[in-house]
Amino acid sequence: MATIPADTRLAPRRETADKLRALLEAAREAPLLAVVILGGLVLVAVLADLIAPYDPTLPVKGANVFDPPFWMEGGSTSTLLGTDFQGRDILSRLIHGARVSLIVGLMGTLVAGSIGTAMGILSGYAGGWVDQIIMRVTDAWLALPAIVFAIFLAAMIGPSMWNIIAILGGVYWTRYARVIRGEVLTLREREFVKLAEIAGASKLRVIKKHILPNVLNTVTVLASLTVGVVIIAEASLSFLGVGVPPPQPAWGLMLSEARPTLMAGQWWLTVFPGACILLIVLATQLFGDWLRVRLDPQTRNL
Amino acid sequence: MLEVTDLRTHFFTFGGARVVKAVDGVSFRLREGETLGLVGESGSGKTTTCMSIVGLLPRAGRVVGGSVLFEGEDLTRKSQRELRRIRGRRIAMILQDPMASLNPLFTIFRQVAEPAFFHQHLRGRTLRERVRHLLESVRIPSPEWRMRDYPHQMSGGMRQRIVGAIALAGGPRLVIADEPTTNLDVTIQAQYLDLLKDIQRETGVALIFVTHNLGIVAKMCDRVAVMYAGKIIEQGPVRALFDDPKHPYTRALLGSVPKLGSKEPLYAIAGQPPNLADLPSGCAFHPRCPEAVPRCATEEPGDVHLAGGRVARCWLVSDGLTRS
Amino acid sequence: MTQFVLRRIFYSVVTLFILSATIFLIVRLTGDPVALMAEASARPEDLDRIRQQWGLDRSWPVQYATFMQNAFKGELGKSFNYRLPVSELYFQRLPNSLTLGLAATLISLLIGIPAGIISAVKVNTWWDYAAKGVALLGLSIPGFWLGLVLILVFSVWLRWLPTSGAGDWRHVIMPALALGWYFAASMLRLTRSSMLEVLGSEYIKLARLKGLPDVVVIAMHAFKNALIPVFTLAGVNMVVMVNAAVIIEVIFAWPGIGRLLYEGIFQRDFPLVQGVVIMAGFMIVAINLVVDILYAVIDPRIRLAR
Repeated sequence: MATIPADTRLAPRRETADKLRALLEAAREAPLLAVVILGGLVLVAVLADLIAPYDPTLPVKGANVFDPPFWMEGGSTSTLLGTDFQGRDILSRLIHGARVSLIVGLMGTLVAGSIGTAMGILSGYAGGWVDQIIMRVTDAWLALPAIVFAIFLAAMIGPSMWNIIAILGGVYWTRYARVIRGEVLTLREREFVKLAEIAGASKLRVIKKHILPNVLNTVTVLASLTVGVVIIAEASLSFLGVGVPPPQPAWGLMLSEARPTLMAGQWWLTVFPGACILLIVLATQLFGDWLRVRLDPQTRNL
Repeated sequence: MLEVTDLRTHFFTFGGARVVKAVDGVSFRLREGETLGLVGESGSGKTTTCMSIVGLLPRAGRVVGGSVLFEGEDLTRKSQRELRRIRGRRIAMILQDPMASLNPLFTIFRQVAEPAFFHQHLRGRTLRERVRHLLESVRIPSPEWRMRDYPHQMSGGMRQRIVGAIALAGGPRLVIADEPTTNLDVTIQAQYLDLLKDIQRETGVALIFVTHNLGIVAKMCDRVAVMYAGKIIEQGPVRALFDDPKHPYTRALLGSVPKLGSKEPLYAIAGQPPNLADLPSGCAFHPRCPEAVPRCATEEPGDVHLAGGRVARCWLVSDGLTRS
Repeated sequence: MTQFVLRRIFYSVVTLFILSATIFLIVRLTGDPVALMAEASARPEDLDRIRQQWGLDRSWPVQYATFMQNAFKGELGKSFNYRLPVSELYFQRLPNSLTLGLAATLISLLIGIPAGIISAVKVNTWWDYAAKGVALLGLSIPGFWLGLVLILVFSVWLRWLPTSGAGDWRHVIMPALALGWYFAASMLRLTRSSMLEVLGSEYIKLARLKGLPDVVVIAMHAFKNALIPVFTLAGVNMVVMVNAAVIIEVIFAWPGIGRLLYEGIFQRDFPLVQGVVIMAGFMIVAINLVVDILYAVIDPRIRLAR
């Protein structure tokens, strides 16, 4: 029931200490489950070389191919989750796979977010024909299902982790562009932007000091929702053989390698990598939902 | 026929951590065929009072005290099932927005027919006759044709008359009209008000008229109750109350209506309406009251009954300090 | 109104133009198909002959102009691999993809609508949280992995359903479930929010004020209004599913458009890839155009909002 007119709110200019405190406060209220899963996975990914019992790209000496997990008959405690078609340790591959998923998920989101935010600000702030061109390109990009576009690009450009990051970034930026453009259009009409313009601030300065800080919340929320999508997209590409190339241990690739033996009932090859994808995406979704409610109640329906 | 006594409706938000006293001790009576005007700023509890009477509060709202006696029955003690048989049949309501009040996907016939279909169990030709009659009574031209239309094919004034027909469909004894004309053009407003008066004359229904337009009150109502921060701070017959308002808030409200040709300065009420979740101590109006005395900030005034069926809630009145 | 429709059509054409040009460029920037088509022993003259035969010796703008000219006549070029017109291949596979898309749409509606309605009517209760959980899982479980797990459970362990290929209804169940799962979550979310919006509307308040039973209020007054956007999205989703089910079709060896695209990509059959991708874009742009125009016809206010 606050009666302060919206326009008197000035562009937030927080000091570093304030920001840090806000961050700490936020961390305390964050959803426990999501933080534990994400934190754990990040830790695993960073320390993969230390934690993983074996080299993920080489067969384990003394182990057979298709060893089942240790609790099943024929399993061994030296390869806890069993081995794959080359006799490589599944657990080690999963651990290293977390690294691939997180790098692609975060970097892909970063690329998409950067392109999209830049395009959105440019489109919304410049207006006119620049706006028209960017929006028509956005429309064209959105006309293709993102995954079809990504498969197409990946097949044409060739598989490598960095290519995948660039491709996914190049496919998923459109949503940012649309939403950010809309925000910039309203920001442009606000008092503090007008005042800065009247005071003679350059366009670049206005964007840097007034527009960008005010769209960052939305960008963060969108990013939190994009990470999961990008991770699934990477897994899909790797599964189809146009993503991360073998012998790198990507979860999608592991699923693809498990396919020929699925009919033979070697379920652990299929279940574990998929469960890892599910877990990481679920955690980012939970985290994103929380972030969304917290940072930007208006975008709840995105 | 309607006697509301010490009605209290509170809203519990944030899991009960915050209580908003939207209606806090409202009492009034309404006789057969009478019209009561309920006035006040937005957020003063007018709509919540009405919704408490018909038992349709939002999820967070609850009647926590008082009673609503309607034709001898206490509506606050009735189940939703029993209330459903009263709503639309014995008590009807007209909502603010004629554009939004009608379901866009149903024909006029269907929407007007529903109360008669569910309450009076009319079917077939009798139902059709009834709808035609209702549309005629709200002056819809060529009702036979119009009842096949959808809401978007009609103008705002026409739609609001349809809403009026829906209200009358169950043959109610009480109609509550919640700002029924705020979204209409001025000329259509006048027509609509005339229509309501005509209908009231013909059927003898009692009317509660919620509005913030004092001109409408003067034109339509027999009695008027002024609400502020969930309480009725003054009520009485329209003429007497308008001629000699007792409460400073009523005076301010009357003063803020521009009078044509008047030389007096326009009097705007200073300050903001209070936050219902965090009311000022004592009389809720005291921070904005130009005549407040120290006592107003500490103690809450009670109802003071005056001659001519008037009631006011103000220390100035009870202590006889009224400015001449 | 006419102006609005014309403007929307114009935008759609521009969109398709940009899209086709982009696809066209990417295909040509990323490799020489002729080398792949010819046998390893082919001499440079043979390659030139093939180039000439397929019109690949001409400049890109000329190639693009020819391509667009043919596209307007409904001709999307000829597949290198199948030696058949792309449009013929596309329409050969379309019925299979439509079957799958339709079944997946049905599944997404069967899960999404009831769950969405329950969670809106019983908002903030145990039911609502359960539905939210389902929606969250829908977005988090990769559809293709769900497909693999379904194969594992129903084909390998239980031996109830065939693993792959198209045939009778038993072949459709698993791919449709794997494909529709993700969309069920979005249906659920949309039904819930749409239903909540309608339930808060004035006409629902008036319906309650008429003293109608709750069942009538929800099933007749709210339902119909709330489901308009849901069915609209279902329609759009179906078109997307028809064209985007690449992985699911690969996993279940479903002979649809997605698999056609997959094959085209790996055989570097670029007229085929180009044609299929552009057809997908065309269908999606078309359905969006139709939806926009229909909405504008139904509700004049939308014209101003967009």
